[in-house]
Parts: sequence; structure tokens; C-alpha cells
Amino acid sequence: MTEPSETTGDLLVPIFFMGKRYNVPASLTIQKALEYAGYQHIRGCGCRGGVCGACGTVYRIPDSYKLQVGLACQTVVQSGMHLMIMPYYPGNRSIFDIEKMSGTGGEIAALYPEIYKCIGCNACSQGCPMDIDVMHYMAQAIRGDVPGVAETSFDCIMCGLCASRCPAEEVQFNVAILARRLNARHRIPRAKHLEERVKEVTDGKFEQPLRDLMSRSTEELKELYRSRESEPQMTEDDWVPLNARYV
Amino acid sequence: MPYPEPLKKLIEKVEATRPARVERKLKEEEFPPLKLEERDPVLRNFHPDFIEGTRREIKVGPSKGYAISNEIVDLLEARSRVNPYLVSLSKPDYETDVLVIGAGGAGTAAAILAAENGAKVLIATKLRHGDANTMMAEGGIQAADKVGKDSPYYHYLDILGGGHFLNDPELVYTMVQNAPDAVKWLEGLGTSFSKFEDGRMKTMHGGGTCRKRMHYAADITGAEIMKTIRDEARNHTDMIEVIEFCPAVELVLDDNGRCAGAVLYNLETAEYHYVKAKAVIIATGGSGRLHIQNFMTTNHYGATADGIVMAYRAGVPISFLHTVQYHPTGVVFPEQAEGILITEKFRGAGANVLNIHGEQFVYEREPRDVEAACIIRECSPKGRGNGVPTPTGKFGVWLDSPMIELLKGEGTVRKEFPGKHILFRRFGIDISKEPMLIHPTLHYQNGGLDINSKCETNVPGLYAAGEVSGGVHGENRLMGNSLLDVIVFGRIAGEQAAEYASKHTESGYANLDHVKRYNEELETAGIEGERIAPMILPDYSNPEVREKQLTKDYFGTLS
Repeated sequence: MTEPSETTGDLLVPIFFMGKRYNVPASLTIQKALEYAGYQHIRGCGCRGGVCGACGTVYRIPDSYKLQVGLACQTVVQSGMHLMIMPYYPGNRSIFDIEKMSGTGGEIAALYPEIYKCIGCNACSQGCPMDIDVMHYMAQAIRGDVPGVAETSFDCIMCGLCASRCPAEEVQFNVAILARRLNARHRIPRAKHLEERVKEVTDGKFEQPLRDLMSRSTEELKELYRSRESEPQMTEDDWVPLNARYV
Repeated sequence: MPYPEPLKKLIEKVEATRPARVERKLKEEEFPPLKLEERDPVLRNFHPDFIEGTRREIKVGPSKGYAISNEIVDLLEARSRVNPYLVSLSKPDYETDVLVIGAGGAGTAAAILAAENGAKVLIATKLRHGDANTMMAEGGIQAADKVGKDSPYYHYLDILGGGHFLNDPELVYTMVQNAPDAVKWLEGLGTSFSKFEDGRMKTMHGGGTCRKRMHYAADITGAEIMKTIRDEARNHTDMIEVIEFCPAVELVLDDNGRCAGAVLYNLETAEYHYVKAKAVIIATGGSGRLHIQNFMTTNHYGATADGIVMAYRAGVPISFLHTVQYHPTGVVFPEQAEGILITEKFRGAGANVLNIHGEQFVYEREPRDVEAACIIRECSPKGRGNGVPTPTGKFGVWLDSPMIELLKGEGTVRKEFPGKHILFRRFGIDISKEPMLIHPTLHYQNGGLDINSKCETNVPGLYAAGEVSGGVHGENRLMGNSLLDVIVFGRIAGEQAAEYASKHTESGYANLDHVKRYNEELETAGIEGERIAPMILPDYSNPEVREKQLTKDYFGTLS
């Protein structure tokens, strides 16, 4: 079944893309293997680095009935694998106005009442290419634990594989981002220094110092650059510069 | 794949020097940074921008005579994808107030602000909403908001130092002054920044910063920001429509010289559509997929400089495209992950960069161009020849991530760098215990379309924001200033375009005459060949297969 490729010198193995056989080098990811086979991806290809969720893939290897999942850009081909890339999932998404909300669990349930239909089968967690415990955060959502959902789901890339495997027709990834946004906006304290600094900028505190810099010659700027104080690497936020004129 | 035996042997040298290096770090004894005057010789001898024969002058267009990378000139000296005499503009397929081309960070921020300012918005994008370099940015977003120790004044100085003091002062002023409000806006939309319990932002250093002002969301800051603003745009379906897999391929002007929309190409039905718009924002991002000088890239699949090509044909000059940013740390092993970005945040957190002997050779927080040049010098046989050889015949240096565990406590790497931890775990490498093998990789388009601080180009009604524009970063961008760039200037472009659209409700006769003129200029300059642009997508298909792709005449979608 295997023979070396003329271009890579690598062993070729058969894969079945949507049922159709291609012989591809054994060391390639699914994404690159399909390109080797002649595909120029339009859908199902995004960052090529495992963070964007464009290339969620379902596959099965020979002699197993089990469906496995991965990202096409991160999963290396295996001999005889059958696979399908799922570039889109038509999941429900509710519209909301984050300004008018307060970050309670009830708000999640109001927008996504179907969370209560979760039957705890764990197909979602098994279907997550980021190894997120999806079923756990759905349980947290049912309990109204907004910070819990936010923390558990933090790495979610919204590929939609969880929803595709769900017998209860949940749209876990949209529940998760709602919870993360509610948590960050309403549950975690706002940064006071940001507020204060924005006000200073609006009040024109840095207008003159900046305009002064903008009128300097390159040589003068270089001198100012060279002589600027540097905050030490290992100190915490309490460090104070010697020259506090412009801060 | 896990590290093979020869590399494991070399890692022992890293482990041997680690305790002493950690000790020095704890005592704030850093490897000496290069002095300002020492930077230049290293850049000239080892930075890819300075290699002879890699640039040439553009023969046509508004920046004729400007020498930039061959790969970009190839696109600027290419023909349009459409025959301008055949495209009908008499009946628009879509009409909108503001057309946003590109749906990454800048485009999405622009769309939200334009909609909030009363404009109907259409976003046209090549791939999916959010498929962009913003999604892949890892390290953080800069803003000088730590009252009492930092200010826009120092942010300004740092940016100029990084950009070789050539940056556009008004753009830098605009970015540093708007930075705190940009971060506040993101916070208000519910972006999960890493914070202390009292709500203070955690901030850290990046290369070339004098204050810790890098805000972050673990090591997936760009993804967190992109997911949040995309989600927010989806709350405005009444005002913002998104058309995916429909890249713009030409701008449309009217007989008053104003921008009047664009021609889109539907990648799936192969139709061309005319969008009539009162204002247009170009937010198409960068160009890493051109693989300048055959470098591997950290960039998104769609980063092919489309916006530069379209706007240049419409008469917008370009600047700072003569410099390209090579990120100092891209994965060089394992091969499956080649080119993938390793965030600067690892170095910000204290990880040393080491040669084959496990020795330091560079301060790990130099500006990116200097850091990259020093790493290339260490690896290159023409330089010091101290690179670590990979099984595929390349060279890299170590980035000592396990040091972070010793400096900041066990479990820090897993907690602060979850994205990279899981990536390497898939290959059987635990980066909290083993270092990463890295090499500079093509990362960012420092320059681009000329804009002013209102994101206006020289074409009335045409705006640009984000990586597609040039000037704010000068010749070299610092870490954390591109996420800032897309949010600050994306928001400004959205506001300004909405205002322009509200004032310019009547448009003149829509045409593609600038494309006809550009084609003629190419003829006159004697440029031959069948190259067409924008490129839209890179082609990584197998050449043996391509030789058999013999279709000559295009019919429907069966190309």
C-alpha cells in the first residue's frame, strides 16, 4: 500500500477524504495532505495554527467504529483514515445587549433555555479538539456559575464540533462566549486605572508633553530614548520611576 | 513528534546552564542589550531586509520608483482579475452606507463603530468573519494606563525607538493617546483580560518597552479580542451584514474621483458582484502568505496583500513597505508546526534565548528586528555558526520556557501559555520541561497604504486601517502594537466613514476607469506576463498535480 513520494521522499499512505482515496505522505497534517493531493482550500482552512476553528475534522481509523475529532491543521494523517472537514455549523445564536445585562446565570438560561435539555452524555467533551471539558461547563451553565463557564471554556476556538455531536441540540460554543463576556464585563471588577487614565488623556494631561516630543529632532529623540528609565523585569506593579514628570 | 535523541542530548546543555541563568535573572542581572549604535551593524549584516537583490523599484503607480520586496512588486505589476470593460456597474448587487473590506480586528472594530454612528454596514470578507491575523496574535496589546509609572509619553518614545525614529508622528500620537480608551472599550465588551483580583490589568514587558504595558489574555490575546468583537458585531444584525467567501477584487470610483464601492468575487459561485457604497474601509490585513524571500510565516491563510493591490491601482501611495517584520521566534521543529508563532510573551516572562552550547548570545527583549537579526547571526554559517541543527536540515536556537517555571512557580507555563502548551503536547513535547526550538519567521507587514490620523487615504471616501496601512510603526513594529493599531484605527475609520457617508449621499457615475488606466500604464512600462492580482489565496498544491490541471477555458465553477 505504501510507496515513497517523488517530491518528499516520504512514505505514502492512503486517506479517504469524504470517501475518496488519495495517497499522501505519512508525515503531513490532514490540511497539508489535502494540498499535496491537489486541493486549494477555500473553506475549512484558516489560521493553519490551531486557534481559529475553521478546520474542525471528524475521522475514523480502520477497524474501529469510533469517530474521532481533531483540527485538520494539527492532526497528522494515519493510514486508511476516513475523514470529513466541517467548516460551518448552523448553530443557534441569541442576540443580546451586554450593557443592559448584569452577569447572572439566569441571563444565560433566558437566552439559551435549551441548556436544561443537556443529558450529560459527554459527547461534546469527547468531540472537543481543544480538550475542553465541555459537558462540565454546560453543567456549570445550568447551575448558573458564570465565572465557572468562563474559566472552563477559555480556550474554546468555536469550531462547532461539540454542537455537531450533541443529541440535545445544544450550541455549547455560543453559551460559552456569552458566559465569558458576561463574566469579564459584569462579574470581574473593572480596571480603575484605565478609567483614571482615559480621563487624564481627555483632560489633556499629555497633550503638551507629546506635542513637545513631536517637535524634537531625531538626535534629541534618540537621547531621550537612550536615557529613559526601564521598569525592572521582576518587580510588581508598585515600582515607581525616579522621573515622575510625565507619568 | 517528540525530540529525537540528538536534540535531547543538546537539551542537556541547556539544562546545565539553567540554574545559574535563573539565579542571574532573579538578581536582575540581564544579558547586556545592544546599544543604539550597535544595532545598525547587526541589522545591516543579518536582517533579511538588507539582502541584495531581494527588492526592486515599482515601475508604475502612485509610488513608482519605490523599491520594495520583489514578491509585493510582482503583485503591483500584475493585471486585474476582471476585464474592466466587461464589468457592469449599472445595477448594484448590494447597496450600503459603509463597505468594510476584510473581517479581522480592524474591519470588525470599524463595522461596530460605523453602525453605532448610524451607518448601514456591509462587511465583505475572503474567508470567514474573524479569519485574520488578529485571531493569531498571541502576546498582548499595549496601552500606557498604569497611572504613576507609565504614560503615552513613554509609549510614544518606545514606538519611535522601535521604528528607527521614522514613524509618522501624528499617527503615533493618535495611537498612544487612544490606547487606554481602546483597552477600556474591549474591557467593556467583555474581553477576558488577565487581571488581578481587584480588577487591575496584569501587564508585562515586550521587546523595546521601557514600562510593563502589555495587556494580555493568557497567550491567546488576539483570539480573545477577535472572538469578543466578532460576537459583538453579531449583536448588530440589523445594521451589520457580513458576506463571507466574497473577497473584494477591485475598488470602484465615481467620476468625481471618490470611492463608490467595490467589485466582489464570490469564491463559491464564481460571480462578480458590484457593491455600491458611500464610503469604503480597507481592512484586509497583511501579506505573510507571499512568503517573502521564501520565509516560513506565522500569518493567516488569507494574508495576501489584496487591499494594497486594489488601493494602489486606485491611486493610494504606499510607504514603509521596504521593511518586513520577521518575528524572532517561530517554531522550526517539529516540522508539522513550522512557522507557527511563539509569542514574545515567553521572553517577556523571562525565558532566555540560547545557542547550541546552551549559552546566551542576545538580550531577549531587543526590538523584534534586532532580536531576529541576532538569532540569524547565531545560526548562519556566515555569522557565528552556533545554531542547533534540526532533523530537516534547518537551524534554530533554544527558547528556554522551563525557566519560567523556576522564576514564577510550577504550573505557570500551562496557566499562562495554554495555547502553546497544548500545541506542543500534541507532538509529545512538554514545554514546561523542555525548551522550544525556534527561528525567525515572516510575521508582519510594517508598512502599507498611506493614511492620516483620520484613516483617510488620498481618495475621498476611501479609508484604511490596521496592518494594510503604513506609518505608525515606522520601519519596525513593537510587540503589542498591532492589536492596538487594529482597535484604535479600526474604530477611527468606522467613525469617520460613517460621518462621511452621512454627508455624501449622492454619488457620481461609477466606473473602473482607474483599472483601465493602470492596465495601460503596465503596457507602457513594458511589463509583460500573465500575472493577475489580487492573489486571494496562496497555492500550496502539489506541482505534480498542478501539471495535470489542464482546464483552459473557465466555465461556471468548474475551473
